[in-house]
Amino acid sequence: MRRIVLVIVVIAIAIAVYEAARHSSHAKGHPGAVDSPAPQFSLQDLDGKALSLANYQGKVVLLNFWATWCTPCRGEIPQFIEFQNTYGPQGLQLIGISMDDDAKPVHEFYQQFKMDYPVAIGNANLAESYGGVLGLPVTFLIGRDGRIAAKYVGATDMTALQQKIQSLLQAR
Amino acid sequence: MPKSLVSLLIVLLSVLFATAQTKSSSAPSDLPPGSTSLIDPEDLLSELQSQQGEKPLVFNVGPSILYMQAHIPGSEYVGATSDKQGLERLRTRVKTLPRNQPIVVYCGCCPWSHCPNVRPAYNELQRMGFTNLRVLYLADNFGVDWVDKGYPTTKGQ
Repeated sequence: MRRIVLVIVVIAIAIAVYEAARHSSHAKGHPGAVDSPAPQFSLQDLDGKALSLANYQGKVVLLNFWATWCTPCRGEIPQFIEFQNTYGPQGLQLIGISMDDDAKPVHEFYQQFKMDYPVAIGNANLAESYGGVLGLPVTFLIGRDGRIAAKYVGATDMTALQQKIQSLLQAR
Repeated sequence: MPKSLVSLLIVLLSVLFATAQTKSSSAPSDLPPGSTSLIDPEDLLSELQSQQGEKPLVFNVGPSILYMQAHIPGSEYVGATSDKQGLERLRTRVKTLPRNQPIVVYCGCCPWSHCPNVRPAYNELQRMGFTNLRVLYLADNFGVDWVDKGYPTTKGQ
C-alpha cells in the first residue's frame, strides 16, 4: 500500500512540475505576457480613423480580440459596451480587434450592436506581437503604466474582469 | 485487495468516466459522440509522425488570420467553411480524390461546441461520400490544445 501511495505522490509531483513549466512559457519576457509592456500598434478603425495604442497612454485599455463568427465573442460585446459607458469617464478605453477575414460582417455587426468604442480589423503580425491569438476570444487588460495587467483566454469571467478594471482604474 | 486500494480505483475510474462524458456531451450533434469521426491531437500527431501507414490529408477549415499565425505542418488551407465560398473551395479541392482517401479536418478557432466551421465541412465531405473522414477534436482552441502542448506548427499561408 505504501508503495502505491508513493507512486501516486510521484505522479502528482510530475504533473505539477509539467504544468508549472507549461505556464511559465507565458511568463515574463514572452510577447503578450502579463507584466510585459503592451506591444504598440497603429491601425485604421472601421470609420477610417487612425487607431493607435499610444493615443491611450495613461488610460486603462481593454483590448479584445474577437470575430463576428465567434459565438462567445458576440456574447461579450454588450457587456463591453456597458463597461465603456460606465468606466469610460474614469479612464477606461475599450479597443476591439476583429479577426474576421472579411470586413463587411464586422461593419454590419458594429452598427447592429451600436458598438461605441473603436474597432479595427486585425492581422497576423499584431496577433503574434501579443503572443499569438490562436483561438477566440482573447482579452488583454493594459494598465495606466502601459503594461499588460491581465490576459483572458476564452469566454471571460465578467465579474473577475470588472473587479480587475476597477482595481486598475484606482491606480494613479 | 485492501479497501483503500479499491476506493482509489473507484475514484480514478470515476474521473476517467467524467472526462469521457465531458468530451462526448460537448461534441456537435452531427458528430456521433465517442465515434471514430473524432481524432484527438496526440493521435493525429502520432499518425503524422509515423513512418508506417498512409498519412491523412489534413485540411484547415478555419479563418486565414489564425492559420497564418500557426498551423499543422503539411495541412492545407481551405478557409472557413461556415460560408458558401469556403465550402465551395473544399468541394473543389476534394472533387477528384478517391472516396476512401483518409482526411482530417480541423479548425480550433473557438471552443469545440461553438466552432462554426468543422460541422459544415464534415457534413459536406460525408455528403460527397468520403468514408475515411475524421475531425480533429480541439476542446478549447488550436492554441490551447495543440500549440501549448508543444506540438509542431508552421506559419504563413
